[in-house]
Amino acid sequence: MAARRSLLQRCLTPKTEVPRALGVTVSSLVWLALIGVWAGLTYGGVMSEIFLPTPGAVVEAFARLVGDGSLALHVTASVEVVLIGFIISSLLAVPLGLLMGTFHIVQYALEPLVNFIRYLPVTSFVPLFILWIGIGIEERVTVIFFGTFFQQLVMIADISRGVSKDLLNASYTLGASRRDAVLHVLAPAAIPGVLDTLRVTMGWAWTYLVVAELVAASSGLGYISMKAMRGFQVDVIFLAIAVIGVLGLLTDQLFRLVRLRMAPWAQ
Amino acid sequence: MTPFPVASARPSRVEAPQAPKLHIRDVRLEYGARTGRTVVAIEGISLDVPDKEFAVVVGPSGCGKSSLLYLVAGLADPTAGEILLSGQPVSGPGPDRGMVFQSYTLFPWLTVRENVEFGLKRRKVPPAEREDVVNRYLNDVGLAAFHDAYPKQLSGGMMQRVAIARALANDPQILLMDEPFGALDSQTRGSMQKLLLKVWERDHKTVLFVTHDIDEAILLGDRVYVMTARPGRLKEQVAVSIPRPRTLDMVMDPGFIAVKRRILDLLRHEIRDDED
Repeated sequence: MAARRSLLQRCLTPKTEVPRALGVTVSSLVWLALIGVWAGLTYGGVMSEIFLPTPGAVVEAFARLVGDGSLALHVTASVEVVLIGFIISSLLAVPLGLLMGTFHIVQYALEPLVNFIRYLPVTSFVPLFILWIGIGIEERVTVIFFGTFFQQLVMIADISRGVSKDLLNASYTLGASRRDAVLHVLAPAAIPGVLDTLRVTMGWAWTYLVVAELVAASSGLGYISMKAMRGFQVDVIFLAIAVIGVLGLLTDQLFRLVRLRMAPWAQ
Repeated sequence: MTPFPVASARPSRVEAPQAPKLHIRDVRLEYGARTGRTVVAIEGISLDVPDKEFAVVVGPSGCGKSSLLYLVAGLADPTAGEILLSGQPVSGPGPDRGMVFQSYTLFPWLTVRENVEFGLKRRKVPPAEREDVVNRYLNDVGLAAFHDAYPKQLSGGMMQRVAIARALANDPQILLMDEPFGALDSQTRGSMQKLLLKVWERDHKTVLFVTHDIDEAILLGDRVYVMTARPGRLKEQVAVSIPRPRTLDMVMDPGFIAVKRRILDLLRHEIRDDED
């Protein structure tokens, strides 16, 4: 037998585990390095504070906006829009996508159209939406819906297509009707994949939220970024970006928990 | 109602030969008729499986033996010919023809108990009875202790044992087995064969079993059907008169070896025919 591999060798071997302590240390170091470079550039005077705020300034902006209650207001406004758009989109895309991947006739009916729309850049529709719908919350919800729905549809159809036909056949030989096979085999078999799709597309919903809020909004995290740009408040822009990142991280963890609860068998 | 059910039932069994449980007549299966490149998978197969018989189909790989099973299960339709189960034409799949597949087909989101219960629930069997049936068949396959486990926690052999229990729980008229032990290592395969022999020799459920393993075919079967290479036809049937109960070490018996030699001979000719 060869001697035990050294730590270095393990780090350099593809798909080989490294000790958890080392992993956590490396993750932390990357964050520290990033903040260190940032602090060096700003406190060291390399970058002008008009373009890159100091970490301290961002923390101050955070305290200021929390203090006057405006951060909570804008976060609530953004979360509201994202959730409404994402939920409407998901409620339609999940059943429709499952049908599209399950019944060839539905696939024939929808797939060409969906694939056409899927490649249209959502941003190019924003002027049209403003013209049609105005600049209220409905417009932002529409942008998010348009950005996520068609992607979700295609991804969920793929998941349902990937459910093993042997499972369906087994259910038939056990007395399942076609309806049973869809409800009691196909649907549960698709749950983990559907939740993964929702988790991924939630990130896209946040992207389109900012697009929508940059153009047409009077509240929300995208809106305060835009307003801050006009007033050269780079610290607020950074704060808005950081808050969106944290919110994204939180929803991601939430989806992980939901998946753990709804599909413990697939972990 | 006849006043003498016992007296009337008895002679009928002796006099007329019983109608076969499964009757397959002149069955033909073609693939790809729509694309123009027709492939004949099965050609003119006729066979009868009597009630309580363990029938095995062996043949070279790709000979259509699994297709035959899918036709009986109703998961595919024959191009021509008829398949009758207890005199009724087969149309579409149903719980009267339970099937164990070569691939693992347990529902991964259901526990072992819920998997075995699946067919009973579809058939709206009341909960108390379901419980009894599930316990009985899980006991039969030796997995009573694992009723709350999920399939991913089980080994391949255990999963196939649950699949057998799941098919038997519906009390099918015939059990269809499509190389159920094909994916298992040889030790596990041996213990699965032992288990199947034990359950079968107690209940004598009618079985149609497909395998490419000749030892397995002889060890389990009352009758072995040898198929030709594609298009699959029945070449010959070999009765296996090795007494029951059977044990794994019977593969060394002279009787066993004689049957094996005969089947090997049939298959060897088959392969040579194919190479011409």
